[in-house]
Amino acid sequence: MIQFKLNGKQQSFDGDPSMPLLWYVRDIAGLSGTKFGCGMGFCGACTVHRNGKAVRSCSIPMSGVAGQEIVTIEAIAGANGLHPVQIAWIENSVPQCGYCQSGQIMQAVALLAETPKPTDADIENPMAGNICRCGTYQRIRAAIKQAAGVKA
Amino acid sequence: MSTAIQNVSRRGFLKGMFSAGAFVLAVRYLPDVAFAEEIARDVIDHAPLHPSVYVGLETDGTVYIVAHRSEMGTSSRTSVPLILADELDADWARVKIIQAIGDPRYGSQNTDGSRSVRDFFNPMREGGATARLMLVRAAAQQWGVSPDECSTGLHQVIHGPSGRKADYGQLVAAAAKLPVPAKSEVKFKPRSQWRYIGKGENPYDLRDYCTGKANFGLDAKVDGMLYAAIAHPPVLGGTVKSLDDKPALAVKGVHQTTTIETFKAPCVFQPLGGVAVLADNTWAAFQGRKQLKITWDNGANAVYNSGEFKRQLQETARKPGKVWRNQGDVDKEFATGKKTIEAEYYIPHLAHASMEPPMALADVRGDRIEVWTATQNPQAVQDSIASALKVPKENVVCHVTLLGGGFGRKSKPDNAVEAAVLSRKAGKPVKVVWSREDDIRFDYYHTVSAAYMKAAVDDKGRPTAWLQRNVFPPIASIFQAGAESAGPGDMQQGWTDIPYDLPNLRAENGPAPAHVRIGWFRSVANIYQAFAVQSFTDELAANANADRIQYALELIGPPRKIDFKALGVDYPNYGGSLEEYPVDTGRLRHVIEQVAEKSGWGKEKSGNGLGYGFAAHRSFLTYVACIVKVEVNTDGDISIPRVDYVIDAGTVVNPDRTKSQFEGAAVFGTSIARYGEITAKNGVIEQSNFNDYQVTRLPEAPRQTNVYIVESDAPPAGVGEPGVPPFVPAFCNAIFAATGKRVRELPLSKMDFSKTAKS
Repeated sequence: MIQFKLNGKQQSFDGDPSMPLLWYVRDIAGLSGTKFGCGMGFCGACTVHRNGKAVRSCSIPMSGVAGQEIVTIEAIAGANGLHPVQIAWIENSVPQCGYCQSGQIMQAVALLAETPKPTDADIENPMAGNICRCGTYQRIRAAIKQAAGVKA
Repeated sequence: MSTAIQNVSRRGFLKGMFSAGAFVLAVRYLPDVAFAEEIARDVIDHAPLHPSVYVGLETDGTVYIVAHRSEMGTSSRTSVPLILADELDADWARVKIIQAIGDPRYGSQNTDGSRSVRDFFNPMREGGATARLMLVRAAAQQWGVSPDECSTGLHQVIHGPSGRKADYGQLVAAAAKLPVPAKSEVKFKPRSQWRYIGKGENPYDLRDYCTGKANFGLDAKVDGMLYAAIAHPPVLGGTVKSLDDKPALAVKGVHQTTTIETFKAPCVFQPLGGVAVLADNTWAAFQGRKQLKITWDNGANAVYNSGEFKRQLQETARKPGKVWRNQGDVDKEFATGKKTIEAEYYIPHLAHASMEPPMALADVRGDRIEVWTATQNPQAVQDSIASALKVPKENVVCHVTLLGGGFGRKSKPDNAVEAAVLSRKAGKPVKVVWSREDDIRFDYYHTVSAAYMKAAVDDKGRPTAWLQRNVFPPIASIFQAGAESAGPGDMQQGWTDIPYDLPNLRAENGPAPAHVRIGWFRSVANIYQAFAVQSFTDELAANANADRIQYALELIGPPRKIDFKALGVDYPNYGGSLEEYPVDTGRLRHVIEQVAEKSGWGKEKSGNGLGYGFAAHRSFLTYVACIVKVEVNTDGDISIPRVDYVIDAGTVVNPDRTKSQFEGAAVFGTSIARYGEITAKNGVIEQSNFNDYQVTRLPEAPRQTNVYIVESDAPPAGVGEPGVPPFVPAFCNAIFAATGKRVRELPLSKMDFSKTAKS
């Protein structure tokens, strides 16, 4: 039996321990904000936080979340209903199709937690793991800078 | 086209005729729907006032507007309803958008060809203006005044002389009792009074996109559904020779396996065939599929090898093909002994790789089918399932979810047919999930193409004769087995409409067989046809040592409208009339002159690792000029600090969303140029995921893309696709300017640019 926390709530799982966290989140917990993009950790659409760090939930087996705290896009907002990164995303009208944006936002939130005033290079490295096929990168960069309060 | 659509919209006046049966269907046959959404036709037809199939008003003033086109990132779900809201003078905050199911009453729902705004601009205005007129008449009647003395403000009718005002909600009940005015009575607002058109609004789903609440196809679920993964034949047209499914059935969570018959050619939108594994969850289905022991009969397409095929294409391109446009006599001019310049260009197959892989959820109950899918074309879903399951089309209810990208892939509903076939066999709802590997290996690929170009030039380097030939397996091959030649719809995309003012010009196309499924891919034939024409133009300008933009303007010649009749060219013009949407070289010249000005063209000298490249192209009725700036370092790494676009798309509804389409097009074009390549070995596709089919990531994307929209009163044209075609050659021309290396074959990842710049 694997015990862990998902968005602050205790979970227990006794299924296939090799099943990636992504499918627990989506198919079993029913949280569909975390997306399936590649299943191999190449695209970042499935990004969640494990103990505050951005990870690819498609590449973490359930055995790897025992005792860990997992947070998904559904639980990053504060009391006003939106995280500052989400506000910046909305104000820059970042999404086109929107599918990758949960993962982009989760990655950006983790990035800013670690590097509150990022340079362009600070943004490029961690965000390189998140693909947006619509090509919203210019606005992603602008939104991260806005959320961080650094000059565009 | 537009006439037919208007007629369809008028059918909405036959109130309720189409809705009653549908409502019963939705309720009686389809319980347990957890993925709750309203069926548009029910919401609209049950609203007290619904003078068009696209709009319904409630007595509290809520305005329901139907989004009948699919949302895949272009904001059509916002921008098309916004046109109706504008004409209605509706308060956008009080508008609720309802996504339409597949239903011919809305006209075409096939969201492709960059035509949602173009085709539905007037039908939407008509819906809004009709509702507005009825509200005005209701108010005038209540107040005992002439309707001519009344006007509308934001969500209200105003009587000018007395200053009386009434909210739309207060007027709905009375307006609903009035006869729907004849079309001749309905008048559109003057352009000066447009409220939203030209200003735009954020995407309707913006907040949901940013909070994980937006429902895409893969998020659809119904109680009791099974998840399916399908082992498709590795080679197109292959069949299952033998199957051992015992190890798959032993996987925990796997319920059953079932064989899907391979299509009979032409494939159209039929399933590929193979073996499906049905399970409790996606992971179990994927794991079960891995355990299938299948021997395949690969069939006739196992002969397909990309290297050999490329050589065949190039050989065909060097030989005379079918002539599609001919002016003067290029052969005679080539024989005069003038200097001639030749070049060949090649672009491999490309995969769409939308972030959300193809999927569909189907619930088949007897001869009734309900399906939820991320589709660009719900009516094709209905048709394809009806045909496969031999049920009437009306029995197929297709719910359209948000699409996690489409790019043309999701116009083909083979995956929805798979889900329906499996649901019928399993007797349960089935959600088919394609993995990324399925998506890359079994796409309807952008075709592979070769072009051969030849020009004779005078002593100033100006062409006196121009020959262009290309060869590619056509999209027609998925509809007609063995089709090898292009049609007018392919040739219109930058080949027969080459805008150059030359005495001797010939455009040809040669035959090529298809061994994979070929499909529409964002911008389609414009990609390779603009690449050949715009790269070759740059080569000639380089040969003449001329300014690229001045040279292009000279080739284009004076402002004029191309007379295709006089040229003997069958020019479909993307379905638009040539009277309304002429090929106007004046507008093309204007965007070129503007982009030179906006980008600061010529202020910085190209060379030594810094380069500016230019291209201009009309597609989907929109004129685009593009300048790309590149920097190439001594390691050969290419970065793109800046892109400038000037576009003339006629009347633009949503400027910010239009800009975002061009920002995205530059990234999409970067992917094509840098990495795009799908290859086959013995008929099997060699790429499988984002490691070996790479797309552009943030650090290598254009850093800053500026988009300038020409103010225009011309009718609206496309914006989703026209940004891609000129970007690719402009980028490659910039690389030449920076490094002296000419790009004639993509992708760039096969070329070495190291040591082209001084350290």
